[in-house]
Amino acid sequence: MSRAHGLRYRRRRLTDYVARGLGTVATLFGLFWLTWILFGSLSQGLHAINLAIFTQTTPPPGAEGGLANALLGSLMMSFLGVLIGAPVGIAAGSYLAEFAERRPLWRETIRFVNDILLSAPSIVLGLFVYTLAVRSVGHFSGWAGSLALAMIVLPVVVRTTDETLRLVPNVMREAALSLGIPRWKVTVQVLYRAAAPGILTGVLLGLARISGETAPLLFTALNNQYWASSLDSPMASVPVVIFQFAMSPYDNWHELAWAGAFIVTAFVLLLSVGARAFLLRNRVEATS
Amino acid sequence: MSSLTTAAGGIPVDEARIHARAASETRQDAFFRGLLFSAAALVLIVLSAAAASMLWGGRLAFQTFGWNFIFSDEWDAVGGHFGAWVPIYGTLVSSAIAMIIAIPVSFGIALFLTEIAPTWLRGPVGAAIELLAGIPSIIYGMWGLFSFVPLMASSVNPWIDAHLGYLPFVGPLFHGPPLGIGMLTAGIILGIMVIPFISSVMRDVFRTVPAALKESAYALGSTTWEVVWNVVLPYTRSAVLGGIFLGLGRALGETMAVTFVLGNSHQLSASLLMPGNSIAATIANEFTEADSDLYLSSLIGLGFLLFVVTFIVLAIARLMLYNLARKEGR
Repeated sequence: MSRAHGLRYRRRRLTDYVARGLGTVATLFGLFWLTWILFGSLSQGLHAINLAIFTQTTPPPGAEGGLANALLGSLMMSFLGVLIGAPVGIAAGSYLAEFAERRPLWRETIRFVNDILLSAPSIVLGLFVYTLAVRSVGHFSGWAGSLALAMIVLPVVVRTTDETLRLVPNVMREAALSLGIPRWKVTVQVLYRAAAPGILTGVLLGLARISGETAPLLFTALNNQYWASSLDSPMASVPVVIFQFAMSPYDNWHELAWAGAFIVTAFVLLLSVGARAFLLRNRVEATS
Repeated sequence: MSSLTTAAGGIPVDEARIHARAASETRQDAFFRGLLFSAAALVLIVLSAAAASMLWGGRLAFQTFGWNFIFSDEWDAVGGHFGAWVPIYGTLVSSAIAMIIAIPVSFGIALFLTEIAPTWLRGPVGAAIELLAGIPSIIYGMWGLFSFVPLMASSVNPWIDAHLGYLPFVGPLFHGPPLGIGMLTAGIILGIMVIPFISSVMRDVFRTVPAALKESAYALGSTTWEVVWNVVLPYTRSAVLGGIFLGLGRALGETMAVTFVLGNSHQLSASLLMPGNSIAATIANEFTEADSDLYLSSLIGLGFLLFVVTFIVLAIARLMLYNLARKEGR
């Protein structure tokens, strides 16, 4: 064994140490931003939270007020978005997993398109809904906002439904079909029951995703300084109000924006962490 | 006509009723299948209708300006002249900065989560990194504007200007006033945003490498780094590229986070420290202000360009990830 061999060995070891070190540094880098962003916005927002946030409407510059109308608007549009998007998504996901076995090309095309829709820029969907439901009607509305949000929920639910149904063991289908039960009943009464936790997780993740969405609401629901009289009129939402208030030069608007940021972040994180924990618990129960 | 026969166990069976029931169940099945089929078709319709509606909405701008719509840098709302080169350039440059940051960091994180970290640490750290993807983009934007921009303005930008701003060739890129907002800030925030997407794909595909392959390399005396570089990466190459393209697709279309920190300027500037614009930020900022048909059409046309570019990038990403799924025999 020559000296050159030892040198080369040491160089290889050194490279390895450096690579491991850089990997650790990269992870710390990611965690650093997470902590800064999360604790930065949560602590700033916590200071701005008070009862008026939940009872008063968004104020004009310089006046006191809250976010009550925006909270209600967000709640209504998100709820409606899920109500429209989730059933369609569950149906489409069921088709892909259960009813498309004779058309593999068609099935893969839909899966492919759905995956693209899943990552497509949400502002583009906002533009689409603008031409579909704002320009044709002539005014901005809560309905248009809900529709835009539904299009964001849709691919999330399609994907999770498709994946969860494929995880249901084939024995269940065979057992049910051998009893002479029609396929739609097998799907609805047997498979959906087995897949319910996964599908529900998908719906909750979809809800988490749209709760903070801003871009598609900017030119569908627009904004409203007061209580919206109905879903047919422009409607305030927390993210859009955050955008408007944070970009303004007024200090009290900034405070309200931080409060809104706190509510949205806390809600979204609790929802997505809760959904995953729920899924995890049910999976464990299913296997044990 | 109803004929009663007797089944094996002596139970009377009404054959006509059985046939009627079977027929009705077949109808129900067909109806159910049709219902689900139309839901699946709706996914396809949404995507193609979105593309078609934006092409239609942007036709006035495309017809009026032709190729100048893409290559002219004059965006003059008052004079009614719209050239989208500044936002296109801004989108490309901010995404490029994002990828320069996100690719190595994501690779490092994936390396840490699959090879370096002790097993008990992998779950919690992986979940924490994925939490970054759950934070809404408007929060990134607001945090960027109020927390990150002041830091860039007070220390990072002056340092860059003083140390890199006067280098030959690359100097103009880094020369500028310490505004805090601008292309570099937007690129960094975009980079942070796409890290969880890229790193989770990388981690997942690194895990699919058969243990036998890695163990063989270890048995030959390879170090961890050599195993990753010579065995894991070549084995997962296309999927890793797929993950990178997935992150790129996200970065190109990201709206709110960059709208806050880009500065909404339609002046073309070589410096990364100067305010700029991106396609998505232009649409978000100006859409409700668009007062003429041509203005509105130009913004929708911009949306169409963004859609086409992200569609291509995301399609490449999916095809590359699909190859891996097939290789696994799934």
